[in-house]
Amino acid sequence: MIEIIDREAVGTLTNEMTVEFAAVSDNEAFARMAVAAFITPLNPTLEELSDVKTAVSEAVTNAVIHGYENRNDLVDKVWMKCMLRGDVLEVEIRDQGVGIEDVRAAMEPLYTTRPELERSGMGFAFMEAFMDHLEVDSRKDCGTNVRMCKKIGTNPWIDSEE
Amino acid sequence: MEDFKVIDNYLMIRLPDEIDHHSSVDISSKADRYILSGKVGNVVFDFERTTFMDSSGIGIILGRYKKVSCFGGKVYAVNADSRIRRILMMSGLKNIVEIIK
Ligand SMILES: Nc1ncnc2c1ncn2[C@@H]1O[C@H](COP(=O)(O)OP(=O)(O)OP(=O)(O)O)[C@@H](O)[C@H]1O
Ligand SMILES: [Mg+2]
Repeated sequence: MIEIIDREAVGTLTNEMTVEFAAVSDNEAFARMAVAAFITPLNPTLEELSDVKTAVSEAVTNAVIHGYENRNDLVDKVWMKCMLRGDVLEVEIRDQGVGIEDVRAAMEPLYTTRPELERSGMGFAFMEAFMDHLEVDSRKDCGTNVRMCKKIGTNPWIDSEE
Repeated sequence: MEDFKVIDNYLMIRLPDEIDHHSSVDISSKADRYILSGKVGNVVFDFERTTFMDSSGIGIILGRYKKVSCFGGKVYAVNADSRIRRILMMSGLKNIVEIIK
């Protein structure tokens, strides 16, 4: 099942990187630092940096807690792919965990299946609010792919592709 | 690292630089030890050192609120920057935590 919010990113690929890491909670900080470093050449504002870090943290945390059921087992992997098309960042965070049966319901604010772990159901709402585009593709027992885009560097001295 | 201090019956929690799932587990369980000891009735979250917080922070605050509010206790947030205040607002926590300054 696929749920798409907002518009698509288009343009020529100008940079790309992929990391694979174990689905353990220590790597939540690693993932957001990696994406922050990746977009540094675009001179992001502190606000943009914070938006992207929060969105990535939400998606990676979901993979660890929900996808891999909070096992913190080194055999479980998360993949993060970052792409730049000019000044548009695209991030994909993928797991091969339990998947989501009803993506539309899962994306509703305050919807959570793990209240006992003190989850509040705000993760997707933050990803949606802090990024320009959010797309969730998931299949039960196969895994989840979260794709997010955001235009970076609203500073006037940065050339825009458009 | 976070640290804890008790003043009167207020538990003051100085939150770490980054609040995420990884750091939240410890903060919540330590805070609960103080709350369950019965020595504290209210909780003050101090965000002075905090530069990053995701939805895990919402869970910490809501979880402690549920524990103290049934005994009439309150939950406060102090020194939260505009970013953290925005996240608290978006999550509907403004009716639950008193945001000071
Ligand atoms: N990668 C994933 N694999 C399996 N299920 C997921 C995944 N990501 C999200 N979900 C499901 O979608 C629900 C909503 O996710 P969301 O991030 O919005 O809230 P949460 O993680 O429950 O709470 P919070 O993010 O506020 O801590 C989750 O409770 C879970 O059931
Ligand atoms: Mg989440």
